[in-house]
This record gives sequence, structure tokens and C-alpha cells, in this order.
Amino acid sequence: MIMADIQQISLDKIKHKKKMATEDLIFMIFNTLFLVLFAVVTLYPVLNTLAISFNEGNDAVRGGIYLLPRKWSWRNYEEILFERPGIRVGAKITVLRTIVGTLTSLAANALLSYILSRKKFLFKSGLSLFWVITMYASGGMIPVLILFRYLHLTSSFWVYVIPGMVSAFNVMVMRTYMLGIPDSLEEAAQLEGAGYMRVFVSIITPLCKPVYATIALFVAVYHWNSWFDAMLYNRFDPQYTTLQYELMKLLDSVSATTGATSGASMTAATANTITPVTVRAAASIATMAPIIALYPFLQRYFVTGLTIGGVKE
Amino acid sequence: MEISTSRSKKKKEIDINKPQFTVKEFKRQWILVAISVVYVLYGLLFYYLPLVGWIIAFQDFKYNKGISGSKWVGFKKFQFLFSDKTFLLVIRNTFCMGALNLIFSTIVAIAFAILLNEVRNKYFKKSIQTISYLPHFLSWIIVVAIVSDALSSTGIINDLLMRLHIIDTPYPFRAKEAWFWPIVVLSNLWKETGWNAIIYLAAITSIDPCLYESAAIDGAGRFQKMRYVTLPGLRPTIMILLLMNMGNVLNAGFEIQYLLGNGLVQNFSRTIDIYILDWALDARNLDYSLGTAAGIFKTVVSMTFIVVSNYIAKKRGDERLF
Repeated sequence: MIMADIQQISLDKIKHKKKMATEDLIFMIFNTLFLVLFAVVTLYPVLNTLAISFNEGNDAVRGGIYLLPRKWSWRNYEEILFERPGIRVGAKITVLRTIVGTLTSLAANALLSYILSRKKFLFKSGLSLFWVITMYASGGMIPVLILFRYLHLTSSFWVYVIPGMVSAFNVMVMRTYMLGIPDSLEEAAQLEGAGYMRVFVSIITPLCKPVYATIALFVAVYHWNSWFDAMLYNRFDPQYTTLQYELMKLLDSVSATTGATSGASMTAATANTITPVTVRAAASIATMAPIIALYPFLQRYFVTGLTIGGVKE
Repeated sequence: MEISTSRSKKKKEIDINKPQFTVKEFKRQWILVAISVVYVLYGLLFYYLPLVGWIIAFQDFKYNKGISGSKWVGFKKFQFLFSDKTFLLVIRNTFCMGALNLIFSTIVAIAFAILLNEVRNKYFKKSIQTISYLPHFLSWIIVVAIVSDALSSTGIINDLLMRLHIIDTPYPFRAKEAWFWPIVVLSNLWKETGWNAIIYLAAITSIDPCLYESAAIDGAGRFQKMRYVTLPGLRPTIMILLLMNMGNVLNAGFEIQYLLGNGLVQNFSRTIDIYILDWALDARNLDYSLGTAAGIFKTVVSMTFIVVSNYIAKKRGDERLF
């Protein structure tokens, strides 16, 4: 009798487990399918743009290009490299602002974070509040524009670098990281006669490499992708255009020709005069290329950075 | 007794950490103070001076006359603003798109994080995650190019719909007012879901595994564990992110709307920032004062959102920003 009971129970258990297992299996299959679909939806547009960028211009207008070009052509890349001076200038300015902007911004943010993370600093809370306020209260687009005009920052390269150098958000992320460094290291160095700046350069900075890398990555991507400042402050100065702003102009010209307004199919006549869809695709790919090339090496940094900044606010 | 000891302990702690204002201490850290002064000057110039610039909203500001030379008009600009139908429309668009983005991006990111967390194969999980946040690093210009390609008459969306015989002729998505908000929300999801999920994934991994084990012993299935362990575990993170983003609801609407909008859908696409930009850039109707007034409205409303949501969070005993 007891044996039978036990058998019954274990049988139930097995049945239960089996049921769970099939349920699990079904869930896993659907979950995997869903995530694969998610990845396809994420990657397809990029691969499609790549295919279009290598396709012959007039042919691409017909549509129906998916993952491979129908009529191979290097023409689009030739055009953006050699025939569009705007893109070349934009590329130069963008590279320059990314390098200069990232380095200055990193230095400025790191130094401020260092000061704010010194526990004995006399004006710690005051200075901290001063910068936190800047995160929420902003003067708005027009007062800033007027100020920059008064300061002669418009129509210049420096408008890309100087005004956005210190970012309160990045400072908070870095400060949180620096607060995690034991005080004893600083105290030991001070006992041996190191001043505050020496501690910053020789002790804090080497320990902060991961967070520096994260912030540098954020700032670099920001500079690489920005176009609005080029449009707002330097739109009459083609020598200070940026890559993304040039891309935006292409976007505009494509919208104008394909008639985004009507959404109707393009007529053959306009198709023959200009077909910047392929040129725009080539420019998009060229702009994405550096980010995608560096992506695998950089990705471990931004995950840590985001978690420090977000969760431990 | 207990209370008094803990209090005195606390007091002592404060004493250690609190900087002492003495001449000696000031001299010791003069370099920090000197650098701080530079930062304060910089901040005053680039962040606080534009706030002083708000006074031009009460003027009929002309750039070449300057603030001192321009005529004062009191609240006239604000009166115009709130009687301008376009401005009211623009407020609605900004607010609705911001709120829709916030709601959908939060829900989808959490769902994605939970589903990804269920994956057992490490390499598969890692690959999906790596792919998922790639679009975050692409500019809105590129994303809008991709979206308009996909939605064009020969694009993938119309292609698929026609192959499935849902429609017979290409549907002009970008010319339809009703489609503008959904397109914005979906584009935003495409770009940011993977990125937003990073924080939630990190928060899920920090949930105590014991909770899952005890839930399993109590007979909880996979979905029950998600519902009763994972979601409550994510609650503080969700709350703090919602709070942080609440103040940005009005800020969220610029790039995609500006790039994707067109004449046919402008009643649904234009946002406060685009409205301001028009007054700042349009050479014929340049009106810096009006644009500034609109900007003041936006900042004040954003600040109110932050303060109110923070207050509510405080009342409910949730996480808060300050």
C-alpha cells in the first residue's frame, strides 16, 4: 500500500516534470525565434542599406533590392569621395571635432569629478548643486544662440568643442566611480608629499581607466553623430560643416525627389536626373563604418559605464 | 539608550566627513578652490547666462539693438503664444509623442530584458545583445534614412504587405497624419530598445537567486517567477528611470520629428523645439523673443514634471532623484 503510494507520488512528479519540460521547451523555442526575429529586424535595414550603396543608381529606384545589390557599382562611393566636396570637408571637421572634443571633454569632466569626489573639499555640496542644476534648467535654444553670437562662437569650429565640454551627467557618472576608490590610497600619497594634482594624475587617473573609456566613448559618439549644431551655428559656413549635416542635406534632397510629401512612386523622368538614394546609402554606410568597426572592441566599456551611471544614481 | 548612541555615532560620522572651514584647510586645498572657480565661471557663462537671457521674452528683441536697446513689451509675446493655434498643437504633439515613447520604450525594454534573461546559451545571449544595441550608436539622420527607405513605395514594408496581399498598391505611410506618431514610436523602439534594456538586464542579474529557488520550491513556473520575482525586483530601477525620463518628456521630441516630418503631416509632427527653431531660423519671420518665450514654457513645464513626479515618488516611498 505504502509502496503504491510512493510509486504514485513519484509518477505524479515525473508527469509534472515532463509537463514542465514540454512547457519549457515550447517557451524556449518561441523565445529563441522571437529573439532571432528581433536581431533580423535590427540588422536587416543596415544590410539593406549596404546592398543599395553598392547598386547602380537608376536600377535601385525600381526597388526590390534586399541583401545583395542587383547591379554592382562602385559609382556611389566614388561620388561621395571625389565629387562632393561638402562631404570631404564634413568628414575632416567631424574627425577633428571628435578627437579634440573628446580629449578636452574627458579632461574637463575628469578634473571636475575629481574635485567633487574629494570628501574634504570645502565647497563640495555647493559646487555639486551648481552643476546638477544645469542638468535640468536650460536657457533654451535661442538665448544660447544669441550668447554664442555675442561670444563669436558662431561661424567657428570652437562652437563644437567649448560649450559642451563639461556635462553634469558625465561628471556624476565619473564621480560615482571615483568615490569607490579607497581614501587610503590618496592619504598614503599625501603623506609622501603628493599634492592634489599629483594624486589626480598619478593615482586616480590610472585607476579610472574603465570609466574614462566609457565617457570618452559616449562623447566621441555624440561628436561623430552631431549635425544640429552645424546647422544652427554654422549653416552659412560650409568650411565648418559636419559629416552628419551633409548626410542630412542628402536626406532632404532625397525626400524632395522621391516626393515624401505624396508618397507616390517616382516618375521615370526624375529618376533619370538624380538618384541620390544610392549615394545617400553610400554616405550612410561610410558614416556608420567607423562606429561598426570599433564596436566589438568598445562594447564592454559602455555596459559598465551605463550601469554605474544609471543604477547607482 | 539605543537611539542616543546611534545618534551620537551619526554625529561623529558627520564630523569626520564634513569639511572644516579653517584658513589652514583652505590653504591646503587652494588648488581645488582655484580650479573650481574656473568651473563656476564656465558654468555661469554657458549655463546660467542663457537663463538671464530669458528677459528677452519680455522684449521685442532685435539682435542689432541688443538687450538694452530693444523695446520692452511685457507679456505680449506670451499672450500671442497661447493664442497661437499652432503652438497649442505643437504642445499636444510634443507631449503625446514624449509620453508614448516613454511608455512603450519602458515596457518593450523590460520585456526584452526579461526574455533575453531566460536564454540559457551564453553565446546566443551575447550575440543578440550585441546586435540589439548597435542602432543606438547610429545617428537619427541614418535612422530616418532607413525608415524612409523602408516605408517608401518600393520599400520593404510595402513590399511585404503587397506580397502578403494585405494591400494592392503601395500605401503612402509618410503622407498619413495618423501614421506619424506610430512611426516615431516604432523608430524609437528600433533604435533604443537594446540600449535601454542594458540597465534592466543589469538589475535582473542583481536579483538574489535565492528568491528564484524559493519560488521554484513553492511551485512557481517560469511565468510566475517572472511575474512575482523579476518584475518586483526591477521595480526600483523602473521607478528611478521613469523619474529621470519624466523631465525629458518634452525634450524627447526633436530630431526624428524634424527629419521625418513633412508638409502633409505637420499638424502631427511639429514639436515645441521645431516651433522654436522656426522662429530662430526663418529669415522672414525671425522672432527671437517669441522663440524664447516658448522655450521658457518648455523648461518650466519640464521642471514641474520632475518636481511633481519626485514628490509623488517620495510620498509613495519609492526611489527618488533628490
